[in-house]
Amino acid sequence: MAEPLIAVKNLNKSFPGVQALKDVQFDLFPGEIHTLVGENGAGKSTLMKIIAGIYQKDSGEILLAGKPIDIANPRSALDHGISIIHQELNMMNHLTVAQNIFIGREPKKAKGLFLDEKKLNDDARSLFALLKLNIDPTTKMGDLTIAKQQMVEIIKAISYNSKVLIMDEPTAALNATEIDELFAVMRNLRSKGIGIIYISHRMDELFRISDRITVMRDGQYIGTFRAADANLDQIISLMVGRKIEQSAARAHDCRDQPVVLKVSGLSRGKVLKDVGFEVHKGEVLGLAGLMGAGRTEAARAIFGADPIDAGEVWVDGKKVHIQRPADAVHHGIGYLSEDRKRYGLAVGLDVETNSGLASLKQFTGPAGFVKSKQLRAIAQDTANKLAIKTPSLQQKVKYLSGGNQQKVVIAKWLIRNCDILFFDEPTRGIDVGAKQEIYRLINELADSGKTIIMISSELPEILRMSDRIVVMCEGRVTGELMASEATQEKVMKLATQRETMVQKANSN
Amino acid sequence: MPKTSVAAVAAAPKKNSSAVARQKIFAFSSLIILMIAFSLASPNFFKADNLIAIMLATAVTGVLAVGITFVIITGGIDLSIGTLMTFCSVMTAKAITVWHLPILVGLLVAILTGMTFGCLSGILIAKLKLPPFIATLGVNMLTKGLSLIVAQSKPIYFSDYPVFSQISMGSVFGFIKDFQIPNAVLIFFIVAIVSSIILNKTSFGRYTFAIGSNEEAVRLSGVNSDRWKIGAYVLCGAIAGIAGILIASRLNSAQPALGQGYETDAIAACVIGGTSMSGGEGTILGTIIGAFIITVLTNGLRILNVPQEWQIVITGLIIIGAVYLDTLRRKKK
Repeated sequence: MAEPLIAVKNLNKSFPGVQALKDVQFDLFPGEIHTLVGENGAGKSTLMKIIAGIYQKDSGEILLAGKPIDIANPRSALDHGISIIHQELNMMNHLTVAQNIFIGREPKKAKGLFLDEKKLNDDARSLFALLKLNIDPTTKMGDLTIAKQQMVEIIKAISYNSKVLIMDEPTAALNATEIDELFAVMRNLRSKGIGIIYISHRMDELFRISDRITVMRDGQYIGTFRAADANLDQIISLMVGRKIEQSAARAHDCRDQPVVLKVSGLSRGKVLKDVGFEVHKGEVLGLAGLMGAGRTEAARAIFGADPIDAGEVWVDGKKVHIQRPADAVHHGIGYLSEDRKRYGLAVGLDVETNSGLASLKQFTGPAGFVKSKQLRAIAQDTANKLAIKTPSLQQKVKYLSGGNQQKVVIAKWLIRNCDILFFDEPTRGIDVGAKQEIYRLINELADSGKTIIMISSELPEILRMSDRIVVMCEGRVTGELMASEATQEKVMKLATQRETMVQKANSN
Repeated sequence: MPKTSVAAVAAAPKKNSSAVARQKIFAFSSLIILMIAFSLASPNFFKADNLIAIMLATAVTGVLAVGITFVIITGGIDLSIGTLMTFCSVMTAKAITVWHLPILVGLLVAILTGMTFGCLSGILIAKLKLPPFIATLGVNMLTKGLSLIVAQSKPIYFSDYPVFSQISMGSVFGFIKDFQIPNAVLIFFIVAIVSSIILNKTSFGRYTFAIGSNEEAVRLSGVNSDRWKIGAYVLCGAIAGIAGILIASRLNSAQPALGQGYETDAIAACVIGGTSMSGGEGTILGTIIGAFIITVLTNGLRILNVPQEWQIVITGLIIIGAVYLDTLRRKKK
């Protein structure tokens, strides 16, 4: 390999109160997939945003094909052949696929007065043909799946003739098949000489796709390794700067404990078909399946967030009618959404307010005043118990890390005295160190007699955290496994079982 | 590419546009049903004179509604267009009757005044990041006050300029028998057609939709989204200037106390016509149909001798109903 496509040297960047990058270095060669790993706050996104022209560096050098360049804004990055695909997709959902790709560069006709819609669509079509993708350029962006939208983002990026493609956690919302498809496209781009900088929190992907891996920690460059020479434990310990104790798998058999939650015949349109399962006291039940299997939908239906066509729910042996989330909470059921910021937290409010949000009624006096002392005391108590890292209870939740935000949501439901907790993708977007803490918390909650239902798309997480696993596919329960007998292969087999072979042996 | 996929691709646009088309058809059929109902209820409704009166009554609100459609599609709102329209009419009256400028220059003054204040709103919103509701509420009061100051709180009449009233009330097709459509109506249609072309065929239109759909995405694509956003307010202001000319010509005077309330009718027309208040969606044709629904309703109810107070109540109910249907449609998606 000759000259690197892009090289970064001695890069520094600080924000008010924090040095985000300290003397960071990084390089990328043509036809290479270079993965950048590190915990949240390690500075990966800051580094990428500087390269993409969204932030400005304080000092240091960025070399493009050996020549120092100045990247003043996103436009200038694009002009230099650098494209970024953001973690949160930046789409115009009301526009068509082709209109999205060519926004700001629309082909014109009639001396530049009018848009040339036909050429626009034709150009998009030939781009798709290049990567052998089957997407209709005239579809509205909002009608595509997340995975397809991501492909469009990639197409958009390479349509700028980009030589450098930055992908920030592209697989966070994809299922296994979609990830395979994405990786195929990435390898295809690599073979065309494009360099890809890849950011991911999913450790299992690292060695599948990377040529080299660079580790960052606390805004500093730690080291770069050839994927072929490195191993996972080594990378993880460099990322966190300490040894992580992988807590042992749970695999308790709780089937002799009383049934706390029982669901049967839960149906809703095409999304849920006759879903049924039981959870015991102190048990962690893993709900496994591919994206779109209906796991979140089942949880939301039980919680009363979505209407159901049919189905019955028993709590502590008593049949309950849950029509809205307030009913579910009344019966001691809490739901921790996969999208914390949207459904779980009021991010503009402080830790104390968020912690008390579900139980404000308990802390309100007869005249309607909030008993703030009591609330503060219990919020402080819970924050200590969960080890929420925050300067004070008055800190706005949006300034906390993902892991600590998740803990605030847990605190909210604990203060509400919920005995049944649904965790929907509890570790999505949370870094390795914080993940361990969330795992530990879930373990402790279960050991203290809470009943946990955990939805996760990460198989290792399901296998490690669950006592028992219920697998869903296309809205049906396709099987149930004890953790002791479960393997990735067995779960995957059930998760892709499309025939109507519902195993009823264990579920009733 | 195999033939089948070409066919599939060709068929797709129809499928995609069907949702928008359906809602336009819904508004249009509501309009037709209203007209049939009023025609059956009163023999005076479906008469050439009355239909022309309806079109004339729609012209000013309709023009304003076309302008604000751009702003609403960007995800914004402009509460200043009613009072800005009045200020433009005061400025054109001042230019023509006091400064004795040629009438054409006077018209230009109106449009430039509109553009200036539109630009002001745009800058407040795009550059100073004020919420559109607040920024344009400020410009609303600003222009309301300025109208009274410039006109010294008195109407300015165009009595010495008989040509001026012809702009709205004359009829270039007057020589055709039974086709006495006032120029105001023709100007309304021309504004609508040109706006529709701008919205659907030019980059400006494309960015209008794109900003309403996801402004950050537009900015990160290297487009100067602020500039296009300001552009939407400038265009809306220019159109308010045209509305100012129409109303001054129709009243043969500039009435400085007029104007407040026109913006709500214009917004209502957009919403009834299917423009989404959250941005990214909307059509000029829908807005025009919405504007006609409002006037047909008012006109028909008046012919049926429904008291004016109740006319307002009914119009309010219609708007709530239209927005509720829009919300339902969105939920289904």
